[in-house]
Amino acid sequence: MSNIVVLVKQVPDTNAKIVVSGDRVDLSAVKKVMSPYDEFAVETALKHREANGGEVTALTLGGAGADKVLKDAKAIGVDHIVRIDTEDEHDSNALQSALATVLTEIGAEVVYCGKSAADTGAGSTGPGIAERLGWASVSNVISVAFENGLTVVAPSEGGNARISVPLPAVVSCDKGDMKVRKPNVKGIMQAKKAKVEVKTVAMQGSTVSVVAHSMPPAKPAGKSYEGGAAAAEVARLLRDEANVI
Amino acid sequence: MTDTIVIAEIAKGTIHATTSELVTAAAAMGSAPIVIVPCTDASIADAAASIQGASKVIAAKSDAFAHYDAAGWASALDAVAPAGTILTAATPQSKDLAARLAARRNLSVVQDVVAINGNQLTSPVYSGKAMQTVALSGPAVVSVRANVFDAAPSGGACEVAVVDTTGNMATAVQEFMARASQRLDVAEANIIISGGRGMGSPDNFVHLEAIADTIGAAVGASRAAVDTWEAIPHSMQVGQTGKTVNPNLYIAVGISGAIQHLAGMRSSKYIVAINKDADAPIFQHADYGIVGTWEDALPVLQSTLSSMMA
Ligand SMILES: Cc1cc2nc3c(=O)[nH]c(=O)nc-3n(C[C@H](O)[C@H](O)[C@H](O)COP(=O)(O)OP(=O)(O)OC[C@H]3O[C@@H](n4cnc5c(N)ncnc54)[C@H](O)[C@@H]3O)c2cc1C
Repeated sequence: MSNIVVLVKQVPDTNAKIVVSGDRVDLSAVKKVMSPYDEFAVETALKHREANGGEVTALTLGGAGADKVLKDAKAIGVDHIVRIDTEDEHDSNALQSALATVLTEIGAEVVYCGKSAADTGAGSTGPGIAERLGWASVSNVISVAFENGLTVVAPSEGGNARISVPLPAVVSCDKGDMKVRKPNVKGIMQAKKAKVEVKTVAMQGSTVSVVAHSMPPAKPAGKSYEGGAAAAEVARLLRDEANVI
Repeated sequence: MTDTIVIAEIAKGTIHATTSELVTAAAAMGSAPIVIVPCTDASIADAAASIQGASKVIAAKSDAFAHYDAAGWASALDAVAPAGTILTAATPQSKDLAARLAARRNLSVVQDVVAINGNQLTSPVYSGKAMQTVALSGPAVVSVRANVFDAAPSGGACEVAVVDTTGNMATAVQEFMARASQRLDVAEANIIISGGRGMGSPDNFVHLEAIADTIGAAVGASRAAVDTWEAIPHSMQVGQTGKTVNPNLYIAVGISGAIQHLAGMRSSKYIVAINKDADAPIFQHADYGIVGTWEDALPVLQSTLSSMMA
């Protein structure tokens, strides 16, 4: 029986157009979804429960708007949904400290998360909370077997490594060859009724603060050629103009 | 004033060239950095001593560095590094290390930095659809993207101190499974040639492989290629749900340039697109665009590159 936690984050749909107004991104018109890698983390957490028994808690951090991502996790099959309530911007240190505090409160024995969130792309949360809790961690994992603690496969120089991971541990999940289950009608009905447990944590101060968002620098228009024969000219330019070959 | 520390990037048991870029980035943050080289054999650290701009090199020697364990590496490096801002490369392993090291010191981490202006750091967010600039009001751990900062020149000669350290390894490697081919992984390569659904069949990837082997590139793929053809593994996928890459050169063949593919490769230094549809979105991001079929373009590219490399 394991106390399993999966971290989920609400992010803009990856198809969404991102606009900057003033010096901040304006996400008001953007559809929000579960960060794609978190779907793999939810799937892995559910597989862990199926293999060893126990219960899965989905945990997020944010304002009430973030409840939707928890309901989505509930519809897929997690048992409990918990949100750390905060609307403000925090740096990674403050966020990870709050998550670590609540993971201890919950009594988590294993934590799954996505390898990175689709908005920041940082991938800091999993290893960061593991360090705070004094746990093992492996990132970018492509498969997990639930025996002797965990046995995971993760990329390693020149290929992959099969790694024994003692519990408690944090595992950040890549896609691997995983197929994620979709919510069924019963799950969606249960999720509608499910109550989010809201927790408040005293947040640490931040030493990293966002100054501005901007659009990526526009790339100067490239050179365009018609017909495959131009590949010879392009190869020469890659050597003589771009100096990359 | 606190120190600035660079953790050298190690590849194949030696110091990777991107370490010299980290020294430049550290200088932009305000001081000549101490370069720490995680190693099992201290002699590899000598190569860092010639990087101009490094104030000192510390060879952090430990059995813990024989293979990667996040907890072990973070504890072994924490024991050696003085207080201050720490810079690492932004490879998947080094980003993981950066996060653990930051948490160990109760610091914040800023990943994937591409510009530094005093205490202000800029990174791509929303898969490169916007840039975010943050200000530091204290030390932090910062990972820096490759191929953005100029490499600090060699020719320096600073002191190398060998310091023994130990790490608490939390995990144990059971076995390594080497890739079948000698070709680099997309996450490691400085040149990538990727194929999409437009390749028509996984068998046609041999044309990409031949070019890759000519110029020392890795072969990547779009998600459509990975999802459609069993022979193309997910480890080759570039994009939102694949790998984020930042090579000097990215050649996209038969790839339309969907936003989720761009998410993984748009920050490549040079982009070449080969696509038969002149309106394919990939062309808006290409430095060199060839409107034509791969059947026409790849043989010409292959023979020109072969004669250039000969
Ligand atoms: C949540 C989410 C995550 C995603 N993650 C990723 C990801 O990580 N990576 C990714 O790549 N995609 C991802 N996608 C999918 C993405 O939206 C596109 O569907 C995918 O990138 C399309 O792949 P493609 O360009 O190979 O195929 P297509 O869009 O079908 O394009 C094929 C191209 O080949 C060209 N072509 C055809 N024949 C030839 C020929 N003979 N010679 C030259 N050109 C030819 C065509 O003109 C066309 O432009 C994701 C989607 C979602 C919703």
